[in-house]
Amino acid sequence: MSIDTLEAPPAAPPPIFDARVEGQRLMRDWYAGLEQAPARGQHVANVFVMGNAVEILRTFDFQLVFPEINSLQTGVRKTSEEYLRLSEDYGMSPDVCSYVKADVGLIIKEHEHPAGRIPKAHIAIASNMCSTFIKWAEIWERMLKTPSFVLDLPGQRAANWQVRPGDAQHAADARWVEAQFRELIERCETITGKRFNMDRLAEVEDQVNKMVFHWNNVMALNRVCPAPFNAMLDGLSYIGIMNVYRGTPEGVEFMRNLEAELKAKVARGEGRVPKERYRLLFSGTPCYVSMRRLVELFETWGGVFAYSDYLTFAAGGMDAGELVYDTSRPLESLAEITALAAQRGLSNQFFAHERLAQQIKDYDVDGIVFHGIKSCRFVSSGMADTRDYLNKRLKMPSLYIESDLIDPRYWSDAQIKNRVDAFFETLHQSGGRAPLTAKATASERTV
Amino acid sequence: MRYVGGVDVGSTQTKAVIIDENKTIVGRALLDMETSMTTVAQDAFKAAMADAGISEDQVVYIVGTGYGRYNVTFGSEQVTEISCHARGAVTLFPGTRTVIDIGGQDTKAIRVKDDGQVGDFTMNDKCAAGTGRFLGAASYALEMPLSELGPLALKSQNPVRITTTCTVFAETEIISHLAKGLLPEDVLLGVHQAITSRCVSLARRVGIESEVTFTGGVSRNVAIVKLLEESAGTKINVSPDAHFCGALGAALFSHDRAFGGQSRTAA
Repeated sequence: MSIDTLEAPPAAPPPIFDARVEGQRLMRDWYAGLEQAPARGQHVANVFVMGNAVEILRTFDFQLVFPEINSLQTGVRKTSEEYLRLSEDYGMSPDVCSYVKADVGLIIKEHEHPAGRIPKAHIAIASNMCSTFIKWAEIWERMLKTPSFVLDLPGQRAANWQVRPGDAQHAADARWVEAQFRELIERCETITGKRFNMDRLAEVEDQVNKMVFHWNNVMALNRVCPAPFNAMLDGLSYIGIMNVYRGTPEGVEFMRNLEAELKAKVARGEGRVPKERYRLLFSGTPCYVSMRRLVELFETWGGVFAYSDYLTFAAGGMDAGELVYDTSRPLESLAEITALAAQRGLSNQFFAHERLAQQIKDYDVDGIVFHGIKSCRFVSSGMADTRDYLNKRLKMPSLYIESDLIDPRYWSDAQIKNRVDAFFETLHQSGGRAPLTAKATASERTV
Repeated sequence: MRYVGGVDVGSTQTKAVIIDENKTIVGRALLDMETSMTTVAQDAFKAAMADAGISEDQVVYIVGTGYGRYNVTFGSEQVTEISCHARGAVTLFPGTRTVIDIGGQDTKAIRVKDDGQVGDFTMNDKCAAGTGRFLGAASYALEMPLSELGPLALKSQNPVRITTTCTVFAETEIISHLAKGLLPEDVLLGVHQAITSRCVSLARRVGIESEVTFTGGVSRNVAIVKLLEESAGTKINVSPDAHFCGALGAALFSHDRAFGGQSRTAA
């Protein structure tokens, strides 16, 4: 399939479309769907946002559960600490990934999530995209008797080298992945009692193609100044829909309307920040428990996150541009794209230097913010190298801050605010525009 | 004559500096954090004015800095201590390219560009190891004033290695070593080495380039200065006003605002 078969976005968004409201409605519907799955007799699969074979699972009508999203939602809803403490009381170390711990807390709470009851899965798809995924699946096997299927997706093998479509290595990688998909299909047929439908896979892939097409356009719109959305606040809502509704008509409609809405915003010259002074790039994973506060600390100074590599990482690398499924050969194409997307998603974190340097130019970035995760060295380990490279190569001002994905105990407001304020002072001293003056809120005055 | 002020509200002490139109320090004050931050900030500012022999209406601009900068409610503006320490250090030692500041709960390393502006900075995170608080733990365990720790540590011939990175556990480790009969000076030198090691590690992240200027209250500790010089491999600048460096930088930003200045300042 090629891009020209994709429909163009409407000239204007539907008059009542509001991405924030519609995104919240879709997430509520998804959680309601999870709760009702057992009553419907629907089979359930646990999947991660990277390397998940969602397209195959959709052909079998699995209800998809995203445990990472369940965990981050406990952070967004300010209830994560309860779940984390439950898992620590159970015996898990504070150093373990807070997503895993929140999920173990969820199991201990008998699947009662603040958004609704989460059903037990009939199968869990893990992959080597993150070593924790595999251990996490082992926890489900042990605690819930959920069988797991672990995909071995070839990763990038060296810095400054990547597999390209058509390479002999890519062909070998794709054959390796396709063989695993065929095995997964057999497992799904056994679990559901349904026959695999190749035409249905092509339909799902067509929906994914359309979503990715609009998603790429949405991200490109933030190259405009002022940026119409904040990659680390609005963008996180968008990526949630990208993952949960991947390969569905609802997902396509949301992304199409989102693109149209943001295009209209750009046409009006309307930015996320009323007076945009600094365009920033956020590298790393979010602190969902305090993300709104973190963004506020930057926006108070007139700084907006125009782009984040997280939006590539958490979309499994699907935004790499040329990754379009060939729906005339759905399974082979799925394997080919999965092998490439997995590498793009991961290299975005591990061999980020060149890619970030390009994104800094594409999004006309004034500074880069690295966010290290206390309970995940996996995504934080290369940041020092990358920061050093960008500083020396591009003289790019940068800031390193650290907290956690969802553990509020690692959020230190005074320390982080101090660093953010100093960062903007440095940007201004380096010749940048005068930032808006950050004012203290009442809570920042200590008596 | 008109004057400007800088007030640095830190975690353990508040410092205030008054300078005149010629950027000469005319008044200083240093107070421990014994009451509320706002009250101590006001008291320190009043004490600095008294030291200068001037009245409040002669001070035309005040910048607050430090973690408690928003508690300088009588101030005109707030600037972070990163910018202020760099500004103060470059004023005291114009050749400064690296600033190391060790305060009560904070250790920071700042890279200064050729034009005297901040190039990069790094700070300790989520942990007070390598800060003045670490010395406070030693002071408590040894029942010895802070001012005596450095000179005694320098008498050591056989320093003990302090392995914990936790300030709270360090106290336990110190007591444990003393209980085994080890000499206080050997334990103390180990404590000083542990602090210096953490601090130099921070500084290396931004790159240690000569001249290096040491600011903050811990700069008065002779053992830390000596160990820093050994670790960094260069002479360390220490001014008698090093303790006031943040407040001095804040006062200099005030000077820019009130009388115009060459430096681009915060806002």
